[in-house]
Amino acid sequence: MTSLPSLPTPKKLGLVIDLDVCVGCHACVVNCKEWNTGGYGAALSDQDPYGADVSGAWLNRVHTFEVVPPSGEVVGEAGDARIVHFPKSCLHCEDAPCVTVCPTGASYKRAADGIVLVDEDKCIGCGLCAWSCPYGAREMDLAAGVIKKCTLCIDRIYNETLEEVDRVPACVRTCPTNARHFGDLADPSSDVSRMVAERGGVDLMPEQGTKPVNKYLLPRPRKPLADSARGLPLAENTEGAKGFFAWLDGMLERI
Amino acid sequence: MHPAPSIIVFTVASGLGYGLAFFLGLGLLDPASPATGVAHVLALCLIGGGLLSSTLHLGNPQRAWRALSQWRSSWLSREGVMALAAFPPLIASALLSIFAGDFFWPLGWLGSALCIGTVYCTAMIYASLRTVESWHTPLTPACYLLFSGAGGALLATFFGAAGGGPVRWIGVAALVLLATAWGVKHAWRLRAQGLVSASTPETATSLGNIGRVRLLERPHMTENYLTREMGFRVARKHALKLWIIATIAGGLLPVLLLLCVLILAGEGGPFAAVATLLACVSFAGGLLVERWLFFAEARHTVMNYYGG
Repeated sequence: MTSLPSLPTPKKLGLVIDLDVCVGCHACVVNCKEWNTGGYGAALSDQDPYGADVSGAWLNRVHTFEVVPPSGEVVGEAGDARIVHFPKSCLHCEDAPCVTVCPTGASYKRAADGIVLVDEDKCIGCGLCAWSCPYGAREMDLAAGVIKKCTLCIDRIYNETLEEVDRVPACVRTCPTNARHFGDLADPSSDVSRMVAERGGVDLMPEQGTKPVNKYLLPRPRKPLADSARGLPLAENTEGAKGFFAWLDGMLERI
Repeated sequence: MHPAPSIIVFTVASGLGYGLAFFLGLGLLDPASPATGVAHVLALCLIGGGLLSSTLHLGNPQRAWRALSQWRSSWLSREGVMALAAFPPLIASALLSIFAGDFFWPLGWLGSALCIGTVYCTAMIYASLRTVESWHTPLTPACYLLFSGAGGALLATFFGAAGGGPVRWIGVAALVLLATAWGVKHAWRLRAQGLVSASTPETATSLGNIGRVRLLERPHMTENYLTREMGFRVARKHALKLWIIATIAGGLLPVLLLLCVLILAGEGGPFAAVATLLACVSFAGGLLVERWLFFAEARHTVMNYYGG
């Protein structure tokens, strides 16, 4: 049934992504592809994998944006342009439009933990769910003819054959800077919920009415570059020199 | 959005087919005439061919039957259910006309109602998507229904002129529907062009409070499913020319031809038949261009992440 769960799910498993910390290394992208090509459902195929026009299905991608503050085009004037690496995977929305548009019942949101999944045996590959997602979280696998999306690594997070430290999504486990965090966002005492409360975690495109579960932590304010430049000693300035350098400075001045 | 030929052919062909079936269901043509029989067969072929064409873009068409299950939430599923429900009365009406030369109005009217329902569901697949703002308006189903009606009335006029019965009133209906359809479509296009998108790269990344957001690097160097499916832009530079071609072929020419027929040959005959056939062909061509623009010009929200 592709109706959404009628009650709010007791658990809201999801990710918190810290844009202040992400360095854009794409390790999460690679590990996601690696884990999920052998995990849940059909393999994540690539087309023309060794050719010039390679493309394939990925469940997690990192975009890189340049953010320019008002009148920030000139360094040090009002603010500095900054680069923000932006990892993006399924946000497991509470009002997931991709679930209700599905004509076959393949796309569903689990009532227990809120994870949005695709039953690939029912998927006809019409692509309407990908059209309905404002975030671009769903991609067609051209080899299998079904829609692929982030499963929040359901074959890891509940997998008791893995060590407890590994029972998190592959992207979270692999992130070398701890920019990605996994947990229950319905539980106010969970680490992820506290992080969201402290840092003011935000929704992407709230105007789309999707109520995403995943939250993003914004980059912290940064000291302007010009301020840092002011503290650096200038080569012409010997004021405040001490000891040998003060003596040398004085001697050289006299010559 | 990528203008997939299978979907364009589907929406145009099935729109014409359901439109023609709608007018046949009203019993405006002489059921005993061979022309009416041919009209019934053509309507069913257009509908069936369109539906088959629509399955061509599926990744797993052999499972298409599953699409009938989610009518409670999905417009695509509702469309499938309505399309299947419309077949029995339409086929029964066709058989009745071809083999018995008869028309049974409850059957005809039921078929006509289901034709309207199916076209409405097709349009709502697009109109229900918040991610494509130019589609997300009640004007979208209005356009689909009016174009379907105009095409159906044009075809019915042709079959009337070819021996199926009086031309005058169906011809007048076709004129009125053509004018209304293009009027509403014009309003649809004005709305689409004036849209100020609520979703921007700033809201998509939530970085708007720091400053203006510009894509620096895509996730991958090459195109992917999302940019191919939703980032179509090749034809946008010719959009105005194509729009003019669509309105001339799909609106102006059929209207002029219809006016000639109504003034010179209101009772039918060979001239009326040839002129209305030309009007039908021109309309179908114009509508293919209109439908192509419907997809090619639509901007998807996800392009906020791809700098498009």
